[in-house]
Amino acid sequence: MTHTAAYFEFLCRMGDNTLVLGHRVSEWCGHAPVLEEDIALANTALDLIGQTQMWLGLAGEVEGKNRDADKLAMLRDVWDFRNCLLVEQPNGDFGQTMMRQFLFDVWHLAMLTELKNSSEQRVADIAAKAIKEVMYHVERSGETVIGLGDGTSESHARMQKALDLLWPYVGELFIPDAVDIAMAEAGIAPDLGKLRDTFDAQVGDVLAAATLTIPDGNFAHKGGRSGTQHSEHLGHLLTQMQWLQRAYPGATW
Amino acid sequence: MSSPNSAYPDTPATRTKPKRHEWPLWEVFIRGQHGMSHRHVGSLHAPDEEKAILNARDVYTRRNEGVSIWVVEARHIAASSPSEKGPLYEPSESKVYRHPTFFDIPDEVGAM
Amino acid sequence: MYAQMVKSEAADDSAEAKAFQARIDAGEKIEPKDWMPAGYRKTLIRQMGQHAHSEIVGQLPEGNWITRAPTLERKAILLAKVQDEAGHGLYLYCAAETLGVSRDELTEMLLDGRMKYSSIFNYPTLTWADMGAVGWLVDGAAIMNQVPLQRTSFGPYSRAMIRICKEESFHQRQGYDIMMKMAAGTEAQKKMAQDALNRLWFPSLMMFGPSDKDSVHSTQSMAWKIKMNTNDELRQKFVDQTVPQAEYLGLTVPDKDLKWNDEKGGYDFTEPDWDEFFDVLKGNGPCNTERLAARNKAWDDGKWVRDGLLAHAEKRSIRKVAAQ
Repeated sequence: MTHTAAYFEFLCRMGDNTLVLGHRVSEWCGHAPVLEEDIALANTALDLIGQTQMWLGLAGEVEGKNRDADKLAMLRDVWDFRNCLLVEQPNGDFGQTMMRQFLFDVWHLAMLTELKNSSEQRVADIAAKAIKEVMYHVERSGETVIGLGDGTSESHARMQKALDLLWPYVGELFIPDAVDIAMAEAGIAPDLGKLRDTFDAQVGDVLAAATLTIPDGNFAHKGGRSGTQHSEHLGHLLTQMQWLQRAYPGATW
Repeated sequence: MSSPNSAYPDTPATRTKPKRHEWPLWEVFIRGQHGMSHRHVGSLHAPDEEKAILNARDVYTRRNEGVSIWVVEARHIAASSPSEKGPLYEPSESKVYRHPTFFDIPDEVGAM
Repeated sequence: MYAQMVKSEAADDSAEAKAFQARIDAGEKIEPKDWMPAGYRKTLIRQMGQHAHSEIVGQLPEGNWITRAPTLERKAILLAKVQDEAGHGLYLYCAAETLGVSRDELTEMLLDGRMKYSSIFNYPTLTWADMGAVGWLVDGAAIMNQVPLQRTSFGPYSRAMIRICKEESFHQRQGYDIMMKMAAGTEAQKKMAQDALNRLWFPSLMMFGPSDKDSVHSTQSMAWKIKMNTNDELRQKFVDQTVPQAEYLGLTVPDKDLKWNDEKGGYDFTEPDWDEFFDVLKGNGPCNTERLAARNKAWDDGKWVRDGLLAHAEKRSIRKVAAQ
């Protein structure tokens, strides 16, 4: 794999994560449990869409094939997507959405913290901008996980169920492959494995306060970041997201 | 939900209903720029003060309006009573933070 | 309008009520703790509640397209706009709460059908052009009413409207911007744009409500300055403003009797079908069932979340006290 190809892959991973999660979170608009949460979820989705524009915009430039962020978002099929499996999982109930958000946010913050020191200035710049938003995302999703975990017996049970369901999707975020190794060697991105301690410490604190128990076992679903095997959910998400661009090729909107 | 000096009135509607399991109402004050004082910008609901601050950030600073947020539960705000002399001349100065001229109305509102 | 056909309570003729009316006539704002006639309070709760409900239900027709927006920028703009509507509903509920009704009470009255929301949101959004037409026509019609309401007599309502108008300045423009792109686009896009105008024109005119020049309710509400113009005035103003905008787009307003009337300095136009309007209000619009079902589902599904976070807050405050 050439350096450019690896760099492009890396940028797609960052941008597809925020694209797919932003899309998922935007599905809540108008349907959240309370107005304040509806507004807050929309803010999170808006931040993620904005970050997508930066990551995929840069990816398109690096690739040099005349694909901008919109083309990358709207005209690739499932196997070209490089988001982790965690973010494409369905919203489920509000608890499942917030647990998914929290687990991703903690990884995202650790990642962006390292990316601020990237040898690639443009990566460092995007990370510096995104990190301010993501620090808030972690605070909000963490507070909500604590509140619901340590709330009523029903909310506790629902949060434990969400954690049990989503935990096997966490491991993928930390397993380096050839792209990650190339990026780490070039100083563009961190050694993924190094993020794990930070993640475990922060997640452990919040889940303890939430009175939730991390499930046993280290099993990790894989195949999202590499694009080799996404879940069935992603295709349905793309069916909606890409519909207009696919149905009316070449139109401007 | 209201004491005699609360900023909110009791009405027959609230008195006769059983107490609800409802998130309390908070008043939100935002410092718009460094050096300015906090201004009342509106209200919201939240289960506790931590969440009230987070909600205030999401609800009332969507357009970068603030650098610092205060929240206080509405029932803790004491308010002066309207004048005994009659309802005619309650000085609006007693609620400066409620004054509408705090807000700039963009020209385009009228135009379109 | 967002608050349609709000029944006004009658004024009483006590000395207090006369003094109250004198304050309003002098342009003073009424604040929550001030004395006010029971009818003024009731009418305002009804009107602000309906206005707030309209914002919240109004999230749904546009929310219908957030996940299908054609570009990342359009998605962000639409999401920000629908989010603003949630915010506007929130401001209005809070303003109504200063009158002694709680937000949850108002919500329950919406959900079980005791309170109404604007008829317009019971129409479907079928193509992307509807996102343009809703912004252009529906927000355009709403703004007609909301700009004068900034001067309404009730302080909290007035302040909410000022904030709402300030935030809404971009809503109509983003809609028109979508329409401009569609009208200048491919044949399919032009067809979508015209189709959206065809479907939404008369429902938009209905937003202002039937003629109320002879209505006692409107007369009382206007005296109290919680209604600032008659329905016909606003409808005429809307048509006069919108027709040239349609012409600029190269679209045809679906009214063959539409023509400029020099004498009155405005357009003559066909009234909407008021039977259809009353049917929609009664629950027989194309989407009434879906809209209320969506709000009920959000409320019911969210109960454990609201209860859970409140239970945590109570535990936390007990722990704090115990630690002191």
